[in-house]
Amino acid sequence: MVENRPFLTFLTHAFLILGFLVVALPVYVAITASTHDISTLMSGPVPLLPGSHFIENYSTILTSASAAHGLPNYSHMALNSLVMALVITAGKIAISILSAFAIVYFRFPFRQLAFWIIFVTLMLPVEVRIMPTYKIVADLGMLNSWAGLTVPLIASATATFLFRQFFMTVPDELLEAARVDGAGPLKFFRDILLPLSRTNIGALCVILFIYGWVQYLWPLLVTTDPGYYTLMMGMKRMVTVQDGVIEWHLVMAGSVLAMLPPILVVVFMQRLFIRGLTETEK
Amino acid sequence: MDTKRTTFNNRLLPYLLLAPQLAITLVFFIWPAAQAVKSSFEREDPFGFSTVFVGFTHYQRLLADPNYLDSLWRTAVFAVSVTVLAMVLGLAFAAAVDRLARSAKFYTTLLVWPYAVAPVVAGVLWWFLFNTSTGLLPYFLERFGIRWDHDLNGTHAMILIIIAAAWKQISYNFLFFLAGLQSVPQSLIEAAAIDGSGPVKRFFTISLPLLSPTTFFLFIINVNYTMFDTFPIVDATTGGGPAQATTTLVYKVYQDGYVGLNLGSSSAQSVLLMLIVMLLTFVQFRFVERRVQY
Repeated sequence: MVENRPFLTFLTHAFLILGFLVVALPVYVAITASTHDISTLMSGPVPLLPGSHFIENYSTILTSASAAHGLPNYSHMALNSLVMALVITAGKIAISILSAFAIVYFRFPFRQLAFWIIFVTLMLPVEVRIMPTYKIVADLGMLNSWAGLTVPLIASATATFLFRQFFMTVPDELLEAARVDGAGPLKFFRDILLPLSRTNIGALCVILFIYGWVQYLWPLLVTTDPGYYTLMMGMKRMVTVQDGVIEWHLVMAGSVLAMLPPILVVVFMQRLFIRGLTETEK
Repeated sequence: MDTKRTTFNNRLLPYLLLAPQLAITLVFFIWPAAQAVKSSFEREDPFGFSTVFVGFTHYQRLLADPNYLDSLWRTAVFAVSVTVLAMVLGLAFAAAVDRLARSAKFYTTLLVWPYAVAPVVAGVLWWFLFNTSTGLLPYFLERFGIRWDHDLNGTHAMILIIIAAAWKQISYNFLFFLAGLQSVPQSLIEAAAIDGSGPVKRFFTISLPLLSPTTFFLFIINVNYTMFDTFPIVDATTGGGPAQATTTLVYKVYQDGYVGLNLGSSSAQSVLLMLIVMLLTFVQFRFVERRVQY
């Protein structure tokens, strides 16, 4: 602090607390709404204090399948979301670290081309090639399968670039020493590069877990079998009611459950999260 | 592009290491993109038996279609509004946190978590807050004489998705601006303070200009985010309505292709979107400094 201005400091605190309250408002309202029954919610604006239906609403959503929407129960969908997020995280890290290793530590024909092919994925998000990608997955018989849900999302230019950048900073002497000692490329990778990359892998895990958890468009395209629905699909199905009322008390309980895991990851692994965010993007 | 000074000299191994990544990229990225380009120049008969080459017909139709131009304009309004809103708030929070040395970490924790909320959840939360019959905000807006109805009023629907999309992105901008502010040299700030300029003046004449690389980088990232990652917000809440008022370009590709099965037009739209992403990516990598540099 350059100078001491108590009043300005007070204002700064006030601004941040007010800002936090505004930012947290929708989540607070979701939590309170998830503790009321539907008739309370429908009879006017949402009460600002929690109600008495907490256990009832959450146990309904976690255990009973919502037949009206053809949905499995939330525990099943949460498990699907978890599997999807974990497979995508592990897959992206595995194939990216291997490609970065190949690009940095080997000289071979078409190396430049391989690099550009990986780079191009940045310019082709699923959103811009919805139909043809759907068609490929359908032709390969991968609709409604774990492979279809995860494999097409596993290619990652950003993770590859992050590892490449990191490998470039690893001293050359390590490689020379390893070679003098007779270590081959795979042994060097396993015993030296992999342990050195631990922090980067951790940071990527946090970012990619969130990436996998919040996937929406892709599961929407490739899964029609409710057995494969993730929490995000559940949200969508519960709010698209043709006629009749949206069961807001259950939708809000579902929202709280769907956002809790990634929020906990961010809050408790904040250092890794910030590192991952600022180093992977771009 | 550089490698290490010394490298391994296996012939086969590097290809094996690259194989999984390249296979997925070719099969699920490049091949479909090529298909999109191809079918944007073709018309398929209704039974899918034969295709005819039709040149730029789909593109000409699109660019003459008022619905498409409308969607283009709305997407631009959406992208700019979300970007400005999320960046201004992110910067304001970052500047405030940067002033407080001791409690900076505490406030950072309070402000970063919305990043982890899924877009579809963010959309549903705000949709509920603005819900005409049960929502909290219409109840208050009523007192100011505003009858909120995003089911009928296109402007209201647009405001709803702008708020939901910006809300999620504030924490991202906040973190990058905070990192930028923290790397502004303390000596510059102190020198200005000795010369008698107050905190507000220092912010606008020293910190803000030095943040310009961060600002430009965030601008591109935010536009990219708003154009492509907000599909779930639109799909789960307004569904593109009322009367196309919130049909963004990505949502239109989805509706015309996946729902409406109009392959030619959807492919042409995909190709136009690819050009936009390429432009954004090019600008990002060509003109944006990767780190905040002074």
